[in-house]
Amino acid sequence: MNEFFSLMKSELVLTGIIFLLLFIKIGKGVKNETLLPLIQVLLLANFLFGFFLNKQGRLFGDMYYTTSLIVMQKNILNLGVYLISLVCADWLKKTQHLAEFFLLMLSALLGMFFMISSANLLIFYLSLELATIPVAAMANFDLEKKTSAEGAMKMILSSAFSSGILLFGISLIYGTTGSISLPQLGQLLDNSPLQILAFIFFFAAFAFKLSIVPFHLWTADVYEGSPIAVTSFLSVISKGAVAFIFMTMLFRVFQPMAHIWYQLVVVLAIATMVIGNLFALRQQNIKRFLAFSSIAQVGFILVAVSSNDPMGITSVVYFVLVYIFSNLAAFGVAAVITEKTGKENIDDYKGLYKTNPFLSWILALSLFSLAGIPPTAGFFGKLFLITAGSANANYWFIIVVALNLIVSLYYYLRVIRAVFMDKNDNPVEPVTISAPVRLGLLICGAGIVITGMLSWIYDYIYTLK
Amino acid sequence: MPNAINIALIPLLPFAGFLLSGLFGRKYIRNFAGMLGTALILGSAILALYTAYDYFFVYGKVDGVYQQFVPLKITWLAFTKELSIDMGLVIDPISVMMLVVVTFVSLMVHIYSLGYLKGEERFATYYAYLGLFTFSMLGLVLASNIFQIYIFWELVGVSSFLLIGFYYDKPSAVAASKKAFIVTRFADLGFLIGILILSYFSGTLDFQELIARLTSPESNEAKAAAASTFLGASALTWGAALVFMGGAGKSAMFPLHIWLPDAMEGPTPVSALIHAATMVVAGVYLVARLFPVFALSTPAVLEMIGWVGAVSAIVAAVIACTQTDIKRVLAYSTMSQIGYMMFALGVSKYGGEAGLGYTASMFHLFTHAMFKALLFLGAGAVIHYVHSNEMKDMGGLRKKMPVTHFTFLIACLSIAGVPFLSGFYSKEEILLAAYHSNTAIYYIALVTSGLTAFYMFRLYFNIFWNKPYEAHGGHHGHGEGGLVMMLPLILLAIGAAGAGYIPFGELVSSDGKALESHFDIAFSAAPVLLGLTGIAVAAWMYLKENKKPENMASSLGGIYKAAYHKFYIDELYLFITKKVLFNLVGRTAAWFDRTIVDGLVNLTGNTTVLVAEGIKKFQSGKVQQYAIYFLAGVVLLAAFFVYVWR
Repeated sequence: MNEFFSLMKSELVLTGIIFLLLFIKIGKGVKNETLLPLIQVLLLANFLFGFFLNKQGRLFGDMYYTTSLIVMQKNILNLGVYLISLVCADWLKKTQHLAEFFLLMLSALLGMFFMISSANLLIFYLSLELATIPVAAMANFDLEKKTSAEGAMKMILSSAFSSGILLFGISLIYGTTGSISLPQLGQLLDNSPLQILAFIFFFAAFAFKLSIVPFHLWTADVYEGSPIAVTSFLSVISKGAVAFIFMTMLFRVFQPMAHIWYQLVVVLAIATMVIGNLFALRQQNIKRFLAFSSIAQVGFILVAVSSNDPMGITSVVYFVLVYIFSNLAAFGVAAVITEKTGKENIDDYKGLYKTNPFLSWILALSLFSLAGIPPTAGFFGKLFLITAGSANANYWFIIVVALNLIVSLYYYLRVIRAVFMDKNDNPVEPVTISAPVRLGLLICGAGIVITGMLSWIYDYIYTLK
Repeated sequence: MPNAINIALIPLLPFAGFLLSGLFGRKYIRNFAGMLGTALILGSAILALYTAYDYFFVYGKVDGVYQQFVPLKITWLAFTKELSIDMGLVIDPISVMMLVVVTFVSLMVHIYSLGYLKGEERFATYYAYLGLFTFSMLGLVLASNIFQIYIFWELVGVSSFLLIGFYYDKPSAVAASKKAFIVTRFADLGFLIGILILSYFSGTLDFQELIARLTSPESNEAKAAAASTFLGASALTWGAALVFMGGAGKSAMFPLHIWLPDAMEGPTPVSALIHAATMVVAGVYLVARLFPVFALSTPAVLEMIGWVGAVSAIVAAVIACTQTDIKRVLAYSTMSQIGYMMFALGVSKYGGEAGLGYTASMFHLFTHAMFKALLFLGAGAVIHYVHSNEMKDMGGLRKKMPVTHFTFLIACLSIAGVPFLSGFYSKEEILLAAYHSNTAIYYIALVTSGLTAFYMFRLYFNIFWNKPYEAHGGHHGHGEGGLVMMLPLILLAIGAAGAGYIPFGELVSSDGKALESHFDIAFSAAPVLLGLTGIAVAAWMYLKENKKPENMASSLGGIYKAAYHKFYIDELYLFITKKVLFNLVGRTAAWFDRTIVDGLVNLTGNTTVLVAEGIKKFQSGKVQQYAIYFLAGVVLLAAFFVYVWR
C-alpha cells in the first residue's frame, strides 16, 4: 500500500488537486481573484512535491511503471503548467470558468502522466485520449470567438481520426504478437510486413500529436484560434509529454525495427524542419509565427530521436526543459501585449523596446534561446540534440540540420530587429505587468540563462538513464 | 595542502566588488565604491600573501622540488568522457608569484585612484571596471587548463577595453580602446587556433596532462602531432607558434605592439595596472605556463620567441629615446622590458642550471611590476600637477613634488640597472642567461640596457630638472596630491628598491628545483658601465636647458625622424588595412557579395516564396482535406516501407 502511494504520488497529488477544484466549483462560487492565486500556489506545491518520495517500480501487474527519469519528466511538465498559470494570469483572471479551465488542463496533464508511465498498450491508449480530449475543450475557451470553436472542432475531429488509425495499429500488433505488454512486445516483434504496417499506423498517430509533417495540418488553425494559454499548453506541454513517450516506444518497444524508423525519422525530421521554417518565415501574426516555429523545433527534437542511444533521451529531456522556459517566455510576452492592447502582428512590435524595455528584453532572451544563440540555454539544448543526432555519422543529415538552424536564426532575429531597431510612430503603449506575470517571465528568463550555464543539470539528467 | 576556499576567494573578492559597484554603484554607494573596492582588494592581497607564504615555506616543497597543486577542479562542460572543459585553480611557483604581483599592484592602484579620480562623475563605474579587470587577471593566473585561460584572457581584454575607453567623450580614447581590442583580438584568433591544434592532438585541455602528453617523445599524442605537417612545419610547431602569437599580442611584442602606446589614453592609474604590471605580462606568463612544451617539443618556436623578444626590446628602446609624451616613453619602455622577459624565456632550457633564463624572466617580471607601476603612478602625479603629458610643459618639478621626485628617481635607477636596486639583479640574471646561450641576443640586450638608462634619465631630467619651473608659466595650484596618492608611491618604491633581495632562484625555476644564485662582479661590469654612461649622457644633454638635443636630433636626421615616427609601423598597418585590404580585397569581396551571393540568396528567397505558395494550398482550413492528407501520408509511408524498403 505504501509503495502504491510513493510510486503513483505524482498522479495522486494531481488527482487530489483536481477533486479540490471540483469541490470549489460545486460549492459557493469563489471569485477568480482569490481562486487563481490559490491554484498557482497549489501548482507550485505540486511541482515542489515532485522532488520528494521518489521510487522506482511497477504496479498493477506490469501495467504501470515509474523510474527516476520518468519522475524527472513529470516534474518538468509540472513546472511548465505552473509557469503557464503565471504568464497567462491576465487572461485566466478574465475567463468566466476558471475552475473548469484548470480542471480540464490538469486532467489532460494527468493523462500525460499515465501515458509516460504506461507499460501496456491499453493504458497507453486510454491515457493518450485523456491527454487529448480535455485540450480540445480548452481550445474552445474563447467562447465568443468563432475561430476558437472552429479550432476545437478541427482538433477533436482530427484527433479522433488519428486515434482510429492508432487503434487499428494496436489491434494489428496484438493480432500478430498476442501481447499488449510493452516489455514483452520488444521481444515478440519479428518485422513481418503486417507488423511494419502496424508500426506505420502507430508512428502516424505520434506524428499527429507531435505535428510532424505531413501530419501537422491541424496545428496552425488550432493554435491560432485557441487562447494563448491553450496554445502554449499544446505547443510545450503536450509536445514534451508525447516526445518522451515517443522515444521510449521507439527505443524500447520498436527497437527491432530500428533500421526502418531511423530512415523514417530522418526524412520526417528534415521535412518538418523545412516546412516549419518555410511557414514561420512568412507569418505576420506572432501567435502563428510561434506555432510554426514550434513545428520546426519538433524537427530538431527528431534529430536527437534518430540517435537511438541514451544521449538522445537525455538531450531531448534537457531540450524540453529549456524549451519550456524559452517558449513560455515568448508566449507570455505575446499574451501580455495581446491582452492589454489587442495587437498581435509582428509589425506592431516595432519600437517595443522604447516603450516596454522589460518585455523586450525577455522576448529577446527567449528568441535568442529558441534560435540557439550562445550563451542562452537554447544553444546548449540544440548543441546536445545535434551531438546526439550525429551519433550515426550521417553527416549530410547534420549539414541539412545546420542549414535549417541558419534559416530559423533569420526569422527569430527578424522579430528582435523589429523590437529593438525599427522605428515606429505608433508603438505599443507602455503596459502594466501584473505581479504573477512578472514573476513568471522572470522565472523563464532566469531559466534561460541559468539552465545553460549550470552543466550539472544536463549531467544530472544523464545520470538518470 | 592548499586551501581551495582561500585561493578561490582571491579572485572572487574583486568580482564581488565589480558586482556591487556595477549594480548599485551609480545610485546607492557612489563615492563609497572606492573604499569598498579597496577594502575587498586588500582582502585579496592579504590572502595572496598568505597563500604565497604557505606555498613557498610550508607545503609547496616535496623532496626539494616545488610541486604543482590543483586544489579545485570542476567539470564545467563535458564534451565526451575524455574531453571536457574544467574550471580549476592551479597553484605552483609562478601562479603564486603572479597572485602576489597582481593583488599588490592592484591594491596600490585602487588606493591611488581614490585621490586621482576624486570628483570623477563615473567614479563607481571606474571601480567596477577595476574590480572586473582584477578578477579576470587573477582568473587567468589561476587557470588550470588552456581553455579556461582563454576565457579569462578574453575577459581581461574586454575589461581593459572598458578601462582604456573610460573617458569615452574623448575620441582619441575611444579610438585607442578600439585599436587595442582589435589588435589583440587578431592575435587571439591565432591563440584560439593554436589551442584547437594542441588540444586536438593531445586530446586534453588540462595543462598538466597536455604538457605531459606533448613533451614525452614516446607518447602517441606527441608522435601524431609531430608527424602531421603543414607548410614544412609540424602541427605541434604550428600550435605552439600560434599560441605564442596570442601571447605576443597581449604582451605587445613586435610587430603586434602598435596598440600599447595608444592605450595610454586611459586614466594613468589604469596604465600602471594594466600596461605595466599585469595584463601585458600575460603573454610572458602564458609562455612560462607552457614552457615545457616550448622547450622540449618545439625548440624552433622557443628560438623564435627569443628573437621576437630581443627585437622588441631594442626597437622599443630606440623609439622611447625620441618620444616627448611621458606616458608614451613609459609605454615603449614597458614593451622593451617585456622583450627582455620574452627573450629570457627564449634562451632558456628546461631544467637545471640551463633553466636560468626561466627564473630570470619571472624575476624580472616581478621587479618590473614594482618599478614600472611606480613610474606610471609617479607620471600620473606629474600629469595631475601640470595637466599635460608633454615634456615641454614640465621641468624643475623636484622642489614642488619632493615625494614623487624621490620615488621616481629610485624607479629610474632601478630600471637602469644601477647596482643594489631590484632591477639590477633581475637584469643581470637575464643577461647572464643570454650570454651563456645566445651571444647575438646578449649583445642586443647589452645595447638595450644602455639605451634604457639613457631614455629613462632623459625622462627624469626633463621632468624634474632642465628648466626652472616658472619658465613655462606653470600655475601654483594644489600640492602634490594627498596621502592616498603618496602612500602607493612610497610602498612601491620600497618594492622597487628591495625586491631584488628575494632569493628567486630558490623559489621559481623551470623544473621546481632550487637554482644556484649567480653573482659575478666581473660579469656585471659591462652592463653597469653602459648604464652609467647612458645616465651621464642624459645628464649632459638634459640636466640644464640647452640646444644640444636639437642639434643631436638634426645631425642624426633620418634615423631620428624614423624613430620619432615609431619606424612608420602604424602607417604600414594602415596602408595594408586601408589600401590593400579595404580597397583591393574589400571591393572584390563586395562585388562578389552583391552579385553572386545576393543573387543566390535572392534566388533561394524567391524559390522559398514559390514553394510556400504551393504548400499553402494544403493549409486550406478544411478538416476533411486534412484527414485525406493524413491518410495519404500513412498509405504512402506504409507502401514504401512494406514493399520497397524492408
